[in-house]
Amino acid sequence: MSAYLNRLFLSAVALFLALPLIVVAGVSINAKKALTFPPQGFSLGWYAEIVTDHGWRDALTASLLVATLSAALAVLVAFPLAWFLWRYHAPWAKLVHALGLMPFVLPPVITALGLLGFWTTAGFFGEAWTVVVSHGIFFVTLPLVTVTLGFSAIEPTLVEAAATMGADDRTVLRTVVVPLIRPYVVSGFAFAFVLSLNEYIISYMTVGFTMETLPVKIFNALRYGYTPTMAAIAVLFVAVAALVFGLIARFGDLPKLLGAWSAEDR
Amino acid sequence: MMRQAPRRAADYGPIAFPAAMLLLFFAVPFGLMIAVSFFQRVEGGFYEPAFVWSNYARFLSVFFGRVLSFSMLLAAGVAVLSVALAFPFTYLLTRLRRRTQVLWLVFLLSVLSLSEVIIGFAWATLLSANAGLTNLLVMLGLMDAPTSLSPGLGAVLVGIVYQAFPYTVLVLYPALSRLDPTLMEAARTLGSSPLKGFFTVVVPALRNSIVATLIMVFVFALGCYLLPQLLGRPQHWTLSVLITDQALFQANMPFAAAMAVFLVLVSLGLVGLSLLVGKKENAA
Repeated sequence: MSAYLNRLFLSAVALFLALPLIVVAGVSINAKKALTFPPQGFSLGWYAEIVTDHGWRDALTASLLVATLSAALAVLVAFPLAWFLWRYHAPWAKLVHALGLMPFVLPPVITALGLLGFWTTAGFFGEAWTVVVSHGIFFVTLPLVTVTLGFSAIEPTLVEAAATMGADDRTVLRTVVVPLIRPYVVSGFAFAFVLSLNEYIISYMTVGFTMETLPVKIFNALRYGYTPTMAAIAVLFVAVAALVFGLIARFGDLPKLLGAWSAEDR
Repeated sequence: MMRQAPRRAADYGPIAFPAAMLLLFFAVPFGLMIAVSFFQRVEGGFYEPAFVWSNYARFLSVFFGRVLSFSMLLAAGVAVLSVALAFPFTYLLTRLRRRTQVLWLVFLLSVLSLSEVIIGFAWATLLSANAGLTNLLVMLGLMDAPTSLSPGLGAVLVGIVYQAFPYTVLVLYPALSRLDPTLMEAARTLGSSPLKGFFTVVVPALRNSIVATLIMVFVFALGCYLLPQLLGRPQHWTLSVLITDQALFQANMPFAAAMAVFLVLVSLGLVGLSLLVGKKENAA
């Protein structure tokens, strides 16, 4: 009885989370240019439009480019910081660490407004690269958290053994640290990539008037009414997110990455 | 490995780049925003350096008070609903087989990473008269004609809870997955039903985690920006919406900055509080 109720509750939650996605998926295969559910007819034309239509294709390219570059930047900032915190005992370095966690703790509108004022004052407002830097800084928290976790999981005796055998910092980093830490770096990159792809307010407030990323384009297009293309893009986004997180789960330890203790830690 | 303090200047090399980037592109913009909040607005959408409190004085207006109290009430409602739903859910989640857990986590992360634009669009569709839930009710003969349930307060609330739910689960997940399973076993052995055991053993054991999560979700919901615009009416606009509106469309950067500084103080205060509450539990 109780097991049955538990399953019922879990299914209800699954339905709540899936329902909007199901409706959107239904709308995206509508044959006519109308928002109706259940779908009337079947067509994949709206998916084709993402790449055939100039506006949507440009937005897709811009989004992918911004997400890739900014996730790479976030990793480039996070990795040496996490390494330094692991390698040295330097209390003030914790301040830099705290600075790296801040953007994610505060409501995003604050970072967005700060960067809007900053780019305007610096005279670069609206230039495409500013959104890459902005996202890179805003999402630095994600690789910082995963890579720090990775460093804390390194067995200290491995490093000691390497050092005893005469390896210097550089050799230890190349032969011991990097191979062990790679999955955490990749997960950090992937988290930052997916979130950058979906981010709206910072893109909008830094380059919203000169360049459209996909979320900005969807929001702008919503003003002129719905089209099934938006639904197709929403489905695409869900698919990309599920694929990326699925890969992380396949090649890494997702529960551990999210803070659960594995069986041997107990 | 013994960690030592850096000895030579060259040892600081690796941290120079991250520190410089974070200072230049986060700390400086942040400081600039605080400075601008004291600047004087001049006609034409610009502002000039000054030190005035007038931007903060506008907080005393009825309009601001209304937006602020609505934002707080909305965030509180979202926090309570999300935690009430997510706590029992996360408890059950951590008791599932590992493979099933991983599937759930992938699903939750996928929903969490979804753009507010897409969530807003999806719920607007789901609550619309053309493609929405009400069509289903009509089909079942429970309603005469499909109606639109959005925009409205209910739609805003559902949309934000939808967005906040996976976040809430992930905040609760570490604490619940570390909960000693023998606690519940003891309660069951002593004859309590699973439901009674849950409410008299699990919930009190994680009291502080629940309070800390409520605060974190509250701050998360305060940041909500697009859903009130997509699923609500102008009276459902939150502080975040007001800040961007003032900055971009009313060209009043100093007032926007003042509101942002206020939002920072509230958020940081609350996050500090949640850390304090969380720490108490670890010590106990």
